[in-house]
Amino acid sequence: MSIHGPALHPGPVEPEKAASRREDAPPPPRPWTMIERGLAAVGLSGKALVIFAPALWLTLFFLVPLAVVLQISFSIKEFGRPPYSDMLSFAEDGTVQMTLHLSNYMRLFQDSLYVSAYFSSIRIALISTLIALLIGYPMAYAIARAPDRWRNILLMLVILPFWTSFLLRVYALSTFMRGNGVINNFLGLFGIPPIQMMQTDFAVYVGIVYTYLPFMILPLYTTLVKLDGALLEASADLGARPWRTFVSITLPLSMPGIIAGSMLVFIPAIGEFVIPSLLGGPGTLMIGRVLWDEFFANTNWPRAAAVAIAMLVVVVVPIMLMQRAQSAVVERR
Amino acid sequence: MRRGWFLPITTALGFGFLYGPILSLVIFSFNENRLVTVWSGFSLKWYGELFRDPQMLSAAWLSLQIAAVSATIALVLGTLCAVALVRFKKFRGRTALAGMSSAPLVMPDVITGLSLLLLFVAMESLLGWPRGRGSLTITIAHATFCLAYVCVVVQSRLVDLDLSLEEAAMDLGATPVRVFFDITLPIIAPALISGWLLAFTLSLDDLVIASFVSGPGSSTLPMVIFSKIRLGVSPDVNALATIIIGVVSLGVIAATLLQMRRPATKQGRG
Amino acid sequence: MARKPEIAADTRPWRDPSAKPFVRIRDVTKKFGDVAAVWNVSLDIYRTELFCLLGGSGSGKSTLLRMLAGFEEPTSGTIEIDGQDMSGVPPYNRPVNMMFQSYALFPHMSVEQNIAYGLKRDRLPRGEINDRVAELLSLVKLEDYGPRKPHQLSGGQRQRVALARALAKRPKLLLLDEPLGALDKKLREETQFELVKIQESLGVTFIVVTHDQEEAMTLATRIGVMNQGEIAMIGEPTDIYEFPNSRFVAGFIGSVNMVEGVVTEDEPDHVRIRSAELGCDIYVAHGVDCAPDQILWWAIRPEKMQLSREKPEASHDANVTSGVVEEIGYLGDMSVYQIALDSGKRIRVSQTNTVRGNPDAITWEEKVYVSWGDNAGSVLTV
Repeated sequence: MSIHGPALHPGPVEPEKAASRREDAPPPPRPWTMIERGLAAVGLSGKALVIFAPALWLTLFFLVPLAVVLQISFSIKEFGRPPYSDMLSFAEDGTVQMTLHLSNYMRLFQDSLYVSAYFSSIRIALISTLIALLIGYPMAYAIARAPDRWRNILLMLVILPFWTSFLLRVYALSTFMRGNGVINNFLGLFGIPPIQMMQTDFAVYVGIVYTYLPFMILPLYTTLVKLDGALLEASADLGARPWRTFVSITLPLSMPGIIAGSMLVFIPAIGEFVIPSLLGGPGTLMIGRVLWDEFFANTNWPRAAAVAIAMLVVVVVPIMLMQRAQSAVVERR
Repeated sequence: MRRGWFLPITTALGFGFLYGPILSLVIFSFNENRLVTVWSGFSLKWYGELFRDPQMLSAAWLSLQIAAVSATIALVLGTLCAVALVRFKKFRGRTALAGMSSAPLVMPDVITGLSLLLLFVAMESLLGWPRGRGSLTITIAHATFCLAYVCVVVQSRLVDLDLSLEEAAMDLGATPVRVFFDITLPIIAPALISGWLLAFTLSLDDLVIASFVSGPGSSTLPMVIFSKIRLGVSPDVNALATIIIGVVSLGVIAATLLQMRRPATKQGRG
Repeated sequence: MARKPEIAADTRPWRDPSAKPFVRIRDVTKKFGDVAAVWNVSLDIYRTELFCLLGGSGSGKSTLLRMLAGFEEPTSGTIEIDGQDMSGVPPYNRPVNMMFQSYALFPHMSVEQNIAYGLKRDRLPRGEINDRVAELLSLVKLEDYGPRKPHQLSGGQRQRVALARALAKRPKLLLLDEPLGALDKKLREETQFELVKIQESLGVTFIVVTHDQEEAMTLATRIGVMNQGEIAMIGEPTDIYEFPNSRFVAGFIGSVNMVEGVVTEDEPDHVRIRSAELGCDIYVAHGVDCAPDQILWWAIRPEKMQLSREKPEASHDANVTSGVVEEIGYLGDMSVYQIALDSGKRIRVSQTNTVRGNPDAITWEEKVYVSWGDNAGSVLTV
């Protein structure tokens, strides 16, 4: 509007004012205008750069590495640097020979260690997820129904352990459960002999639940706190007792939270390395640990790569497909 | 609806489960005895030992540096990624970018670590870069998986953002880049801060990926801790844990108090 | 405003002192902390009534309704439904159903499943449930919508599903919390009559909570006006409108001109009130229970006054004053005139537009006389 100012005043414009107006016309150079001009000079629009930078990084450091893993999974262990055979060999007559070793994959099926490690990983992750759900659901429910001033504090208490070190919390749990740990010392007061908890599958369940419980509680809390109280009242009004209301209204409506929370526990649990290696016994087979040992103890990189590819196909891809299907359902609502 | 003993008791037991081990860790960090579970007297000697351990100190310093740099890289790239996915509805490869930016979230650490290591080895033999492995490769690896987390955090804030604010700025004559710096950035600043903190924490916490892509002489703090506690109990780790827990608790409590005092800007809870 | 169905004298049990009330609310108080949301309310509601609780937000009407449904327990006092004391009876054991303001339709269930929900809780046989659901769907004219989910319905359809669900168990008493509040104006007017029709055909007792006075006047057999947790007045819609018992009720319902005055003559058959605000005396042709020289208020509806250019004949030398037309609101069927009286007080007078395109109509800045009948206004002492 002020641009039209002079036109409304037909009188003579003082020279000083006119000058200052003329200066106003181009805006003073600011960082963003300079950024824009700079980009335009290189022939890049802002939009292209915004997409290009993360896309390039992710392609280079996420997509390409997976391709490299796939490639190396088809080679065999060799002594040297790097410790695997080349896929391509150049013969003297100018032909290129590509060698695909399938031995790593065949080994995965032949050696029962790998198959049972996959199954055992899935079993351990499933059971731990279930336990976390059984503990996390009542906690999330209680927090969602707590008075306002309590709710923030309780939520903070749920989130706080997440920000402390994961490794140190597993260590804390191990000092708690070991033979001369706090639990056994406590039981000892009542004359109960020490219980072997460490180096068992039980310790791994406890460890996974302990570290990932906050991930279960938070999504459950989010869906439960949004649950309309009028629906529960309507159910009671139509003759449903509290337990009936819980089963037919609360539980189905909190299903998105149950699924999200279970995924958040199940996904990291299935590839877990630290928990089985610190809390589990030698018999606790988990695929993450097998891969680690294959790489660090046996230095068999191609075998480790094959284990990783099989893990991707068996575990990660189904999870991603499931998540996509689920988010598609959510978006359609 | 259900009032009674069940919910409060389960909740109390749940919090006891979450905090019991942490509390015992803190208490026994002041124990004089080497056996972390037998109390024999108050002492600060493990704190002294911790600060005289050059391996621990240098690992902590390295971890902090790597975390700060990789979190910053992840913040910039993750924010750009989120802006691209939320604001640009149609461009070639959108699905691919969406997939690549969310896949690291479900990728087991062992696979991420292994694949990046194999990449770095292959690149070194092909291009001669990066020469050897160390803090640089760890930083790249951490930036990559943290990027995905930042992207998710910023994306959820951007989706909530009222588009008419940006339209109003454009209507008043601001160019798109200017709108981003004047309007969008200040509004999503809380998400950027929490995204950076999340990335920083994840990087500081990572053992598996760092173990794969680190080289000799570049041990991060989790790697040092892991090798110590693998051998058994070590009270100086208790002391370190107590310091970390103390710092984090102060930070989280301060953040919560700040949030509670400030009137809620978003409607509704959560 | 729509004409209410004619009610014969014998269908008004509240006029019969020997009639037994269906719902008896006695001295009910509900406190949240130190705040009393409902204060000492006593109320009788009779079988087949359509009773409206009318009040602004925070007047306690919803809390009273929730106590009837059993979601809140009274802090003191008793509630009886059909002769049964309701204290300690949980919502799921009460012979009462409620239609929620938000409808509270279960989003994960189809329309049929929503309606069948209460029947299933009574463990009725499947065939009987299906018949009842079909019956209710046809009652609310949604025969083809059974398999749909609530989010696939329009607002009006959802409202009807909520009504059908609440009626499914044949409750003795149906509570409706702002049943038409979420609908737009046109739909609301249509639905009002449907609601009354259903109520009359089923013979269920309805208690409706609303903040909309027009809705209350159209629907109700009787209205209870609530203010700050207390019942301000109970009566038939005509009583509430024509014979308000207090300044609050007079001002809350419809528009009204209210003036302050002093009693100068207090006889058994009439009173005379001097009002400086009106600039004239008010002659009221019935006795009023008041003291001489008492200050009281006189309220008159805009449509109960007449405008004229010439000074009309004043009976008893009262009930005529004069002023200048300041504003005219033309509403089509009538016009509302804002008159500035000589005292500075502004009053509103509405006149029916009986002549088409009247060139001779009273217009802006004209000096006019305002007059009214001996019994046109209400004398209020509180």
